[in-house]
Amino acid sequence: MENILELRHINKIYGTTIKTQVLTDINTSFKKGSFSSIIGQSGSGKSTLLNIMGTLDTPTSGEVLINGIDTAKFSKGRLAEIRNKNIGFVFQFHYLLPEFTALENVLMPYRIGNSAITPEVRQRAIELMQLVGLEKVINNNATQMSGGQQQRTAIARALLNNPDIILADEPTGNLDSNSTETIYNLLRDINERFGTTFIIITHDRRIAEKADRIIEIADGQINMDIYK
Amino acid sequence: MKLSLQIATRFLRSTLVQTIIIILGIGIGVSVQIFIGSLITGLQKSLIETTIGNSSQITISTEADSGLIADYKPLLTQVASDDSRIEFVGPALDNAAFLSFDGKSQSLLVRGFEQGSADHIYNLSDYITEGSFPAAENEVLLGKTLQEKYGFKVGDHFELIAPDKSTSTCVISGFFDLKVAAVNNSWCVTSLSNAQSIFGTGDKISSIEMQLYDDQVFAADEVMANITTALKNDSLHLTNWKIQNESLLSGLQGQSISSLMIQVFVMISVVLGIASILAITVMQKSRQIGILKAMGIKNGKASLIFLFEGVILGVFGAIVGIALGLGLAFAFSTFALNADGTPVVALYIDQNFIALSGCIAVLACMVASLIPARRSSKLNPIDIIRNN
Repeated sequence: MENILELRHINKIYGTTIKTQVLTDINTSFKKGSFSSIIGQSGSGKSTLLNIMGTLDTPTSGEVLINGIDTAKFSKGRLAEIRNKNIGFVFQFHYLLPEFTALENVLMPYRIGNSAITPEVRQRAIELMQLVGLEKVINNNATQMSGGQQQRTAIARALLNNPDIILADEPTGNLDSNSTETIYNLLRDINERFGTTFIIITHDRRIAEKADRIIEIADGQINMDIYK
Repeated sequence: MKLSLQIATRFLRSTLVQTIIIILGIGIGVSVQIFIGSLITGLQKSLIETTIGNSSQITISTEADSGLIADYKPLLTQVASDDSRIEFVGPALDNAAFLSFDGKSQSLLVRGFEQGSADHIYNLSDYITEGSFPAAENEVLLGKTLQEKYGFKVGDHFELIAPDKSTSTCVISGFFDLKVAAVNNSWCVTSLSNAQSIFGTGDKISSIEMQLYDDQVFAADEVMANITTALKNDSLHLTNWKIQNESLLSGLQGQSISSLMIQVFVMISVVLGIASILAITVMQKSRQIGILKAMGIKNGKASLIFLFEGVILGVFGAIVGIALGLGLAFAFSTFALNADGTPVVALYIDQNFIALSGCIAVLACMVASLIPARRSSKLNPIDIIRNN
């Protein structure tokens, strides 16, 4: 199977006067449809790595290849398009737009990349909300849902454009253990159903062990890379 | 575009109190503009109307031939056709004379002109307090000061002594009050033909008087230049109200400039206020902008959100401002009244001016929103996400 994402000699240095090297010579790749987790201590550089993978951040040196194409070649506008159509983000904080309802939030990625919502897209959004178990609250304002519901809405949103990759940064960090379990099972389910590639950062080893591959980052370098 | 507009609307609705305060701020700025603009224009119009609305705005006279213009009828026709801004042209014959009554006497200025001039230049019918414009031979109109001084009544007679010592008996056909004491005390108004026969001038006049259309009054100097060129007659001397009322003119110009400055500075302060508040809203919504960018919204679309916020605020602010401004104007005209019931403050409501004020408000808000729009395009999603 081909690589959906490839990182070559990635280095990231912050600061101009006082320089901090956060990532050092990262080389790795991810196969299409894989379910991987990245673990590491606080400050190990895993979030930075995820953001670089998702084109939200640029490496100081090195290449990020998505579907075999070097993203350095792309303009800001083109990168925005790639983020919109090919990548889905799930962050620790849900970042739903409080001014919109749950369904409107889920539909947002489509509206950003296109002009008007078609009935098919609307139906897909409703189905995704059903998938995450939220069909009853689709018309609730984002602020009128529990933390777990909001995070599940964020997951549905990340899936709307049927992206190739979902990058999740501690998606259950703010949730209780029951919700955490539910969400991880949901993610695995989506991976099996749609073949979406998942790369999930987590500090929780028990959760990491649910993945097919565990990558450990320590001091900005890959310490361990195990396939189960 | 539609998405940016919807996000802008939702953002504004989500901070409703703040939005209302901004709209009120713009509204007050626009209402001040409208009120002051209408006030100054109204004052100017009423001032001009009072000062030169009832007198000759361009006058042609001569120094030659003892100050008399013969063969004036073709001149009248020519001048009337020289410039389309002229509303009325009429002949006048002025002479000094003496009034003699009951052993008393005083000097008078006998003004002879036709009914047309009386109506279109002097609006005499508005100022006649008793009686009517002289019709029959030897009928004259006198000012009310003379009426009070000599106890005259309509129909009374008095002697008029011309400079050549010839005497005519005049019958008073009525009285006028032109609101200027000197005029009420010295003018003796009669028909042109009567003046010509009393002073034995023949069919000659001493001046050609004219009035321009109300909205062309300030073009008097241009019109005079046109006529001068067209007439090509060195013996004729032309003057206009601007030359005769220099201090009034500079006063009016000073008023206009200060009014304009007030309006401009009010608008500038409104723009600055809005720009700073909108810049704050960018910070307030930075999380939302960050996630939108993470989801792939382009910088241009994100900036459009704040431009749309500016337009929406401008439109609503203009509406509120126009309503407030007109309301203020109405309140002043209705409640601020003089003893005689006329409004203390003269206002002139010009639809074009109001529309212009509204458009300027919307434009000003768009300009104000450029700074926050630019700020939002610089927002990096990574900074927002990292900082949470």
